[in-house]
Amino acid sequence: MYPIIVFSVSGLLMLFLGLSVTKKSLLPINLVFLIIGLLSNFMDWNSPGLYFNSMLEVNNSLVIVQSIVILAAILVAGLSSRLFEDAIDHPAEYYALMQFAVVGALIMISFQNLIMLFVGLEILSVALYVLAGSDKRNLRGNEASIKYFLMGAFATGILLFGIAMFYGATGSFDINSGSSVGNSAMEAKIFFWIGLVFIFIGLLFKISAAPFHFWTADVYQGSPTIFSAFMATIVKTAVIFALYRLAVYSFSYEYAHWSKFLVIIIALSMFIGNLTAVYQVNFKRILAYSSISQAGFMLLSLIGLGEQSFGNLGFFTLSYAFATISAFGVFLIVSSNQLVDGRPNENIDVFKGLFSRNPDLAIILFISMLSLSGIPLTSGFWSKFFVLNDAASKGYLWILIIGIVMSAVSLYYYFKPIRATFMATDADAVSVSTLSKITLYICAGLTVLLGVAPNLFRGLF
Amino acid sequence: MLTLSLFIIPLISGLILLNIKSKSLAGSISILASFVQIAVFVYALSVFKDNSALLVFDKPWLSDFAIRFHLGIDGLSLVMVGLTVVLVSLIVLAIRNLNYENIPKMLGLILLTEAALIGVFSAKDIFLFYFFFELALVPVYLIANFWGGESSSKITFKMLIYTVFGSLFMLISFVLLYMRGQSADIESIKVTVSLLPNAIKHILFWGLLLAFSIKMPIFPFHTWLPDAYSKSPTPATMLLSGLLSKMGVYGLIRILLPFAPQGIELYGEIIIVLAVVGLVYGSIIAIKQNEIKRLIAYSSFAHMGLMAGAVLTLSITGLQGAIFQMVAHGFNAVGLFYIAKIIFDKTGSRNLTQLGGMTQSAPVLTVIFMVVLLGSVALPLTNGFVGEFLMLKAVFDFNHVIGIAAGLSVIFGAVYMLRFFQKTMFGPSNEQTSSITDIGMKELIVLVPIVIIILITGVFPNLILDISSSLVNSLGLLNK
Repeated sequence: MYPIIVFSVSGLLMLFLGLSVTKKSLLPINLVFLIIGLLSNFMDWNSPGLYFNSMLEVNNSLVIVQSIVILAAILVAGLSSRLFEDAIDHPAEYYALMQFAVVGALIMISFQNLIMLFVGLEILSVALYVLAGSDKRNLRGNEASIKYFLMGAFATGILLFGIAMFYGATGSFDINSGSSVGNSAMEAKIFFWIGLVFIFIGLLFKISAAPFHFWTADVYQGSPTIFSAFMATIVKTAVIFALYRLAVYSFSYEYAHWSKFLVIIIALSMFIGNLTAVYQVNFKRILAYSSISQAGFMLLSLIGLGEQSFGNLGFFTLSYAFATISAFGVFLIVSSNQLVDGRPNENIDVFKGLFSRNPDLAIILFISMLSLSGIPLTSGFWSKFFVLNDAASKGYLWILIIGIVMSAVSLYYYFKPIRATFMATDADAVSVSTLSKITLYICAGLTVLLGVAPNLFRGLF
Repeated sequence: MLTLSLFIIPLISGLILLNIKSKSLAGSISILASFVQIAVFVYALSVFKDNSALLVFDKPWLSDFAIRFHLGIDGLSLVMVGLTVVLVSLIVLAIRNLNYENIPKMLGLILLTEAALIGVFSAKDIFLFYFFFELALVPVYLIANFWGGESSSKITFKMLIYTVFGSLFMLISFVLLYMRGQSADIESIKVTVSLLPNAIKHILFWGLLLAFSIKMPIFPFHTWLPDAYSKSPTPATMLLSGLLSKMGVYGLIRILLPFAPQGIELYGEIIIVLAVVGLVYGSIIAIKQNEIKRLIAYSSFAHMGLMAGAVLTLSITGLQGAIFQMVAHGFNAVGLFYIAKIIFDKTGSRNLTQLGGMTQSAPVLTVIFMVVLLGSVALPLTNGFVGEFLMLKAVFDFNHVIGIAAGLSVIFGAVYMLRFFQKTMFGPSNEQTSSITDIGMKELIVLVPIVIIILITGVFPNLILDISSSLVNSLGLLNK
């Protein structure tokens, strides 16, 4: 609750600071704001309850998840040093929009009322539509922005329609009101069902689960890399937890019905995400398709819906955030050093010879790819293990097998960049700013730490 | 604690070595670590005789999943850990003097592999086992990529995909087992496993079998092996053939045998036939090879086939033979690959058609090569004989026809190995081979221990068989 206030104020402050402060000092200020937000988040610790006329819920688990989002924002911001130095860039606005987006994400994680879900999603999305197109000279960026906006607006419309139906069926926007439909008449149930389906579709679009994934690759590729990283981590985390809340509080009475469809969506996401990624040569597109398959894995915990599922999902999103941010971060640094036609080279070749050019970056990339593919010693192994266990506990053996077979497929494309790093090259060494270096070390270090001792984080739930 | 220190010593020294630049310092650290490791192992050996309960380390790891960091050493583990400790020390000694760049990093990765292997061989928790099983591959993959050049990158990638694909099926089986029994402890799963429904038992058998048969490999999953062994740099090949392939056989004995006995009874014969097909097939291909490393690679593949077949006969002789042969083959393969490396460094060629007549200028190498080779072709009084004899007896008792086919491999083995020897050591010498120098102290320090081990374990096989017998007897097999 507190960070929502902090970021709303600091975002506005940030906009004005852009007028009076030099560009270089904006990043430290942004980081200070974000860290204040993270600390203020823990003022909610041990004070569970409903706030703002039952609009938001606060409890310790939600505080942890909100911290994941803020932490991801801090890490992404840490990577943005040396960016935004051109005259045409407006870092103050970018940072302000990032903070607003975090506000939206935080609301989505803790909403108690469906209106808040809608408000949160809009705050998050509108900020991201702008950020996706923030590189105005890049045609692909413009395309990404307009695509994301059009498709996103549609999805939000569908979500809103679903919420309206939900209201029609239950007479309330409160998420717990779904339980009242359980024994009601068939007519009311039809509205409820339409609402449920539309809400799911709206949110599955945002999390880029197949078959609602078509925007993902283009938007990830076109957006500036730093905002792709932001999108991949923060939006996914916020939306999956919004879905989880809905599944637990509003829709759990109909679990037996919707879970059957959700499993199909999961299987589709895994198939489409992994098999399409195999054919990509653009690293951002690879990560985009990988994010589709990871969305499939995240949704597995909605199938599980057990006592531990929330913690499993938290672990998954945290581990995914570390791995994705470090992958995007290494890519950001390496690609901006190598221009093709005046634009960063986004092909996998950009990693060629990275082991000789900058061994630290290569090792960080190695760790993050291992984590995404779920190899032991990285947190990615445990996160996949946890969610697959969740699904298996409900008897969905076949999805377990698909998940594991698709993990094997994913090895192929996750190891493409790793193999490139070993190749011989005559390209120059890569230099990294200190802040980016620290950020990447934190991501990689925590990935390994959580891989060895997952209970460090899981114990919090 | 003793078990933990066996795991921790290589882990920490490996991590230190990764951050060291000086070659001589790295050499001393790695050798020191190896000696300490051997000393700890010898101490563990003496403790094992008195009270094997001391060799257990058990701490909760993931408490809400009942997954424990549970290491323990019994007879089988002790043999495998001993093999790992001694072989890695020899590999370290050998690497130190080879002309690779960045030797400290390579030594570090080798010691990390050792740590993972000891984890595999002593894990008492299925997920811990899986964890180390996958992990052991990563440093070897890095070695092959760093020092193998571009051609190696593609091939080691193939190997990685194959083996990880296999082990993911093991993961499916483990998750299934865990979901059914809510326990990850190998011993307690053994008890509950017979209560599972038949469908699950089948999935278990095939999932586990796939993982281990890719790792060893068994025919027809061997296609990654010849390229991976021959194109990788020698240290990676030594680790792969000497130790990593043993994880497959170990898995068969430790995991598949107790977890899926019905599956073995149903399908064991088919798998044994496949294993023997691989054995004969690998031997025949080895006869035609001119490239030294490929030849040894195929011979390795053939040997692994016999081990798998012997284990699946479910007889005490077969198991004891396979366990003994794991040790014997470990030393023989590492010895042969090291000799191949020496020959390549001295002559610049790995092709049998370009070699010959080396015995004139390198008599010591010839003698040592002969002993290692005889071990490999299973001559009595060498280590190869004991294992092969026990295994062939087991397979023959199981089915006479398969046994006779497997017996052919001994003849084929002699053919390709003696051909290898003849084409390198005897015959007319050429420009490259006539001017070489004989091996010196730095090679002997590796090869002489191998020769001693080959002869001692060949003459006194009970040194190893006694250690493993307690475990093999406890599996409750019929001595067919």
